[in-house]
Parts: sequence; structure tokens; C-alpha cells
Amino acid sequence: MNIDSITNGFVIDHITAGRGMRIYELLGLDNLDCSVAIIKNVTSKKLGKKDIIKVDADIEIDFDVIGYVDPGITINIIRNCERVDKLSVELPEKLTNVIKCKNPRCITTTEQEINHVFKLTDRENGVYRCMYCETKAK
Amino acid sequence: MRSLIDILDFSIEELDELIASANDIIANPEKYSEKCKGKKLATLFFEPSTRTRLSFEAAMLELGGSVLGFSEANSSSAAKGESVADTAKTISCYADIIAMRHPKEGAPLVAAQNASIPVINAGDGGHNHPTQTLADLLTINREKGGFNNLTVGFCGDLKFGRTVHSLITALSRYEGINVVLISPEELKLPSYVKKDVLAKNNIPYKQTTDLESVMPELDILYMTRVQRERFFNEEDYLRLKDSYILEPKKLKNAKKDLCIMHPLPRVNEISIAVDSDPRACYFKQVLNGKYIRMALILKLLEEAKK
Repeated sequence: MNIDSITNGFVIDHITAGRGMRIYELLGLDNLDCSVAIIKNVTSKKLGKKDIIKVDADIEIDFDVIGYVDPGITINIIRNCERVDKLSVELPEKLTNVIKCKNPRCITTTEQEINHVFKLTDRENGVYRCMYCETKAK
Repeated sequence: MRSLIDILDFSIEELDELIASANDIIANPEKYSEKCKGKKLATLFFEPSTRTRLSFEAAMLELGGSVLGFSEANSSSAAKGESVADTAKTISCYADIIAMRHPKEGAPLVAAQNASIPVINAGDGGHNHPTQTLADLLTINREKGGFNNLTVGFCGDLKFGRTVHSLITALSRYEGINVVLISPEELKLPSYVKKDVLAKNNIPYKQTTDLESVMPELDILYMTRVQRERFFNEEDYLRLKDSYILEPKKLKNAKKDLCIMHPLPRVNEISIAVDSDPRACYFKQVLNGKYIRMALILKLLEEAKK
């Protein structure tokens, strides 16, 4: 299988195997018209198996949102076919429409157009709570 | 636009200012009788509440303003399926400030995000009820002269009692607070409140099922009602509703300056015979609720002007 190398863009590496599509959707990569490769079940020394996403476009993306879904991910920034930076992701302060509030008493359960927003209330333990009812995300 | 959705929206300094303002209103009511002339308060009550709604309305009327609104969802556009966001945008065209009660948790926050006028949370389901907490704080301040170094007992339904959670949260910011939690096993304070509020702020607390054994320690006894509407199961409600009933004989070992509080309405958890005890402060709390709401309306309207 041949996947062209990237000129300017980024590679999302060390994605837990099977989560590639979720990350692709979360970052809105389906809206791009550049080359995007999702490589699944790549052999990895560290993880056994992993997914990788390659994006051949020099665009701004907020990577922190994926920190909640898969905190072990690394991002390689590519310029002129060379890796110029390697980033790890952090837990974001706020998650919008990433998780849904399960509290039946929460306003988000009856008003369908409200964004489901969760805020990081305890970074050490990775606790997120619904902005509206303060229910803990599970 | 500044609103009050959660008691933690205000800093300790702001709470102190609000309490000072309420105390000034109590001392000089005539000074405030026309402060809100020409202003309108909209009371949007999507679930019934006599006390809170009338307290807000009385507060606005005493400030010289006027009130409009509804007292149940059936008489509002919500019955036609209007969203909270649209209601808030619409009411912003008619009024200067909103007081909202809603059965869904977070609804007043949604209103505040969409209104162009200040929104006061007048209770959102079992979640927050910050103006009750303000009334409680004003009462404690007036009865005890401050908030530091107090042993506060919370008795009854500590699981579903939102007033208890809010007051514990508010008091946890002061020095030397000791908390005593008195409840049946099934209605104990949720562990997240113990962990996120009490433990996080190093507030010493103890839990007991025996009210009389801890009575001599208490500076404040905050009684609560076991609320039928918070139970999914009628049998559980009937079994627990009479768990703690405060009667004069239970007060024999209490401090002479104990302050007995209750957010009201009560059912039978405080015997009527206790009402004549000078330590009963629950009707003072109701009156204080009106004064602190006056101070709050003034503060939020003042900030909206800026």
C-alpha cells in the first residue's frame, strides 16, 4: 500500500487502534478537500497496533479536543517534507458536542439545539462536568 | 451581561457588599423606595413556587419597580414548545431583569446566554437556588455577626436538598467553619459534595444519624424538608419523610444562641411549638430573602447600566 509522503501538513500518530475514524470526525477532517489518509491497525512497538492520520495541508487545527478521546496521541508537524515539531495533546478546558449529558433532568435533554458543553473541573483526575447541570461525564 | 446562576458567580467581596446593601435597605427602606422606578422584573416560573416568586415580586415592588410574568409553564409559550433561549430573547424586549425558575437543571444558564438583560436563577430543578443561599447568608450574618468559626448542622434530606449543597459551598469559603451532617443513611450528603467541596476546602465535617447527640455543639441548625417531588418512588418518600422532627424537648441541650433555620416550606419537620422559641429564625429568613433579593436586583441593574 502506497501513501505519499506529506509536503506541508501534519501526522497524527499513536492513535489507539480503532479510534482513527472518531478522531477524523472530531477534528472535522471530512470537511477538507486536501489529501487525508487514515491508516488503521499499523504495527507499533509501543502499542502493538495503532491508527495514523496524515493530512497534506498547512491548516490550523485545535488538537486539544482529541486529548479527551485519546490522550496518548502525538502530532508531527511537517514542513517541506521534514518534521519540524512534535506535539503531545493536553486535556482541553472545554469540550463542545464531544460527549452528551446523560442526566435526564438536564436542560440539554429537552432542548435539542443546545450544545453539549463539558468543562474540565479536575485536571489531575480528568474530570469533566456538564456546564448546565454539573453532572460528571462518564 | 452579569447574571446570577450559581452562588459561586459572586466573590466573597461581592457577597459582603450585597449583605451590606441588604442591611442598609433594612435600616433605611425609604431611601430605596424609588430606586427601580420605571424598571420591570419578569418572573418566569416554569414550575410553581409561591414563596420565591412572591419574594422577588415584593422585592421589586418595594424598590418602586413593576413586575410581569407567569407562574406555571402551562400559561407560557413553553406549552407551545418554545425554547428557553427564544423565551429569554423575547422577554429581553419587555423587561429589564429576569427571575427564572425551571424544572430542568441549567435552564437559567441557557436563558442568561441568550438574554440581553440580567437573569437571576430562582431555582433550576434540584441543582441551584442561589437566592435562597443569599437569604441564608444574610440571616447567618445578622444572627451571628459574620461567618467565621461557626459549627453548622444540616439536618434532614442532605441528598436532594439543593439549598444544603449551595449553602455548604458558600460557607466553605470562610475560615473556621465546622460542618455536622445529620441524616438517615438513604439521604446522606452526596459523596461528590463531600469530596469536591468539604474535603477540597479542608472543612472538618462529621456525619451522624442522631440529631440530639450533636445538638450542644451547634451554632446553626439548618433543617430541611424531605421533598416528595425529588423522589421517583412514593414508598421511599413515605418511609423517610418523618425521619427528623424538631420539637422543643430536642432543644434542651442546645446553645442559648443557636440559630434554627429552614428554607421553608415545612411540612412537619419543625413542630409549631418551636416557632415561639427565640432561636427560631426561619421566618426571619423569609424576610431576609426579600431584602437580599432587593439588593441583588439593584446590583445587577446597576451593572447592566455599565
